[in-house]
Amino acid sequence: MKNLVTRAYEWLDERLDLQDLMAPLRHKTVPVHYYSYWYYLGGITLFLFLVQVFTGILLLLYYRPSANEAFESVQFIMTRVQFGWLIRSIHSWAANLMIFFAFAHMFSVLFLRSYRKPRELTWVSGMVLLVLAMGFGFSGYLLPWNTLAFFATKVGTDIVRQVPVVGHWLMVFLRGGEDVTGATLSRFFGLHVAVLPGITTLLLAIHLALIQRQGISVPGGMEGAMHALKYLRKHDPAAAELWLKQAGAQAERREMPFFPNFFLRELMAWYVALGVLGALAALAPWELGTKADAFAPAPAGIRPEWYFLWMFQTLKLIPAKLGPLDGEMVGVLAFSVAGGLWLLLPFFDRGEGRGSRWILGAGIFALVYMTAMSVYGYLAS
Amino acid sequence: MRRTDQLAIFALLLSVFCLPGGAPPARAQQADTCLDCHAEFPEPIGVAREKFDVDIHAQKGLTCASCHGGDPSKTTPEEAMSPAAGFRGHVDRKQVPELCARCHSDGAYMRQYNPSLRTDQLSQYRTSVHGKLLAKGDDKVAVCTDCHSVHGIRPGSDPRSSIHPLNIAETCSRCHADAAYMQAYKIPTDQYASYKESVHHRALVERGDLSAPTCTTCHGNHGAAPPGVASVEFVCSNCHVFQAQLFDSSPHKSAFAAAGVPACITCHSNHRVVAPGDAMLGAGPQSACTQCHVEGDGGYTAAVTFQRRLGDLQNAILRSDEVLERAERFGMEVSEARLEQGQARDALTKARVTIHSFQLARVEEDLSAGLKIAEKTHQDGLRALQEHDFRRKGLGVSLLAILVVLVALRLYIRQIESGPGKGSA
Repeated sequence: MKNLVTRAYEWLDERLDLQDLMAPLRHKTVPVHYYSYWYYLGGITLFLFLVQVFTGILLLLYYRPSANEAFESVQFIMTRVQFGWLIRSIHSWAANLMIFFAFAHMFSVLFLRSYRKPRELTWVSGMVLLVLAMGFGFSGYLLPWNTLAFFATKVGTDIVRQVPVVGHWLMVFLRGGEDVTGATLSRFFGLHVAVLPGITTLLLAIHLALIQRQGISVPGGMEGAMHALKYLRKHDPAAAELWLKQAGAQAERREMPFFPNFFLRELMAWYVALGVLGALAALAPWELGTKADAFAPAPAGIRPEWYFLWMFQTLKLIPAKLGPLDGEMVGVLAFSVAGGLWLLLPFFDRGEGRGSRWILGAGIFALVYMTAMSVYGYLAS
Repeated sequence: MRRTDQLAIFALLLSVFCLPGGAPPARAQQADTCLDCHAEFPEPIGVAREKFDVDIHAQKGLTCASCHGGDPSKTTPEEAMSPAAGFRGHVDRKQVPELCARCHSDGAYMRQYNPSLRTDQLSQYRTSVHGKLLAKGDDKVAVCTDCHSVHGIRPGSDPRSSIHPLNIAETCSRCHADAAYMQAYKIPTDQYASYKESVHHRALVERGDLSAPTCTTCHGNHGAAPPGVASVEFVCSNCHVFQAQLFDSSPHKSAFAAAGVPACITCHSNHRVVAPGDAMLGAGPQSACTQCHVEGDGGYTAAVTFQRRLGDLQNAILRSDEVLERAERFGMEVSEARLEQGQARDALTKARVTIHSFQLARVEEDLSAGLKIAEKTHQDGLRALQEHDFRRKGLGVSLLAILVVLVALRLYIRQIESGPGKGSA
């Protein structure tokens, strides 16, 4: 068996030069330090995305995207399809976990200051991926066509209308008309299974390529020591050996090979995530709700999913009128400006200095604000 | 503008001016000097202006003189209340029905105000117990103003009206629940109290179902009379159609007629119609069957069987409900079984209606259908619980497998990194 594998590998290698192709992976290293565990968040997010693709394709085999059939087809998946309940629950739970881990990944990158030059584009592509993930959540939420989803989507697209100049057009574009109807479902389905996955895959490739190309960032305090060690090893091996003896094993294990060491650890993290997903799907299956009825009154306490709740609650707290301006429009514009600044955040950091501390403060403020406002939104509903 | 349009407009204008009978009667409030003085007097001579303003007659443009006579355009009492002007003053109770009927029995006159309003109230009243006793000289009985009120009469569609469905029972009870007032007539005075305990009262007042029966639904309104023995069944069957049809085909029809007892209320009561329960069957203390049937009688045996079989279906439904509720609490999806459970409940309701045929074979058809559905939903619930256990076991096995893989990976990583010279760049 091993001989056969070896011969197959050699055969391919002779034609495709696999050795050269795999070289970058073989020489890639991952820093090892107190904060190394945060490096797994991006990989877990990627794993959850792959789970979404797989389970989403399986759901496509039974789901029917029409207002008259969507709810019944999801009900069929939950009650008749063998393990349909499992696939759908995993899909729903993984969606929420993916967004959660994406946020966690973003904040860990921020607080470890991994966004700095030359990784600005990694940050920007990551931010766009986060927005796409939230777009997945918003469009996918409607597809079961249940009551909460119907009215939450109505509220969400109503907020879109507050954007000046193009707001109404955007709302009509998203809804496929003036109201949330079967046309809205068709559009959200198309976005959810075709447009967003395509764009996300492209951005993901860019994001991962940038990471591969530029390597993984090390927190500032540790970077100097590692660079010094490399310099000494190159120019004065004796001094390097002396330093290692004094520093002990800690300095020796500053880096580990990406393959197979970090790769296998990442695989462990993926298996843990898989176990958590399975447990959540079996212990707390995603509920179906009741079929949407456009003529029924909206149930009390309609609110968007948790990752939009902090924005929703903020808009609710803004008065209807702020001077001559519409309060909700002001809120929407404020969020847009804040989002734009957040996207361009790496370009404001000029190294150690005031900008860096301002960014750290902004990060802490954003984390506290989003958490507090989300909790407030849940308690207020 | 085209010529045809001009002609159309001209024809329209011409038809307006040539209405038969001349201009329609004025709707505006006519001069009414009566209230100038009488609004200041105390009752019964006085009438508060606010009271009369809400009266439907005032709103339609009628005045005090419309009933009491006189000339409301005059400013002195001598002229306004002169007999020459037709002044009648206080109307004697005996004259009230005829007074109201001057207009309300005139179909042509009433058509101006409300074409859909009936105009046979007086002739109906004369057929009622009230009307007959009044004709004999008994002026204690109800006349128009006792039910409709006076000076502040509201239309029946107004919830504040004394003849609105929500208020009729209370209006009747002013006399019929007054034991002292009704003593001379030798009839019960507990009807209102009984009615308030009935399912009809609950439907009307608590659920707001205006089609639910009240006094006038069974007794009539202007032609009010107690339904006779032979009439009770027809009264109830206006709403309870299926029960009446089944009863007509049942052995009880002829037996009740022979015994001279009325249908329906013999078992269900008249004013105190409580929600019928299965306890009315069987041989228990609340049984209606044991009024006639004794132990050893065929009817007695059937009554016991009816009750037992209804209980069987009821218990089967409750058992299924319990299993489905447990499954739902575990997060299982059982909405289809819930829907079918509704059909089992429908079968139970239908069986309780079919009871009125008093034929076991017909009742058994409905009961069997319901039992079959309840058994299926019970099995669905049990299957859901088994599926739940299967999912838990599957989760356990999966997590165990993942744990094994994790341990293997951990050991493999350690093996890779423990080798000499490996694990560092």
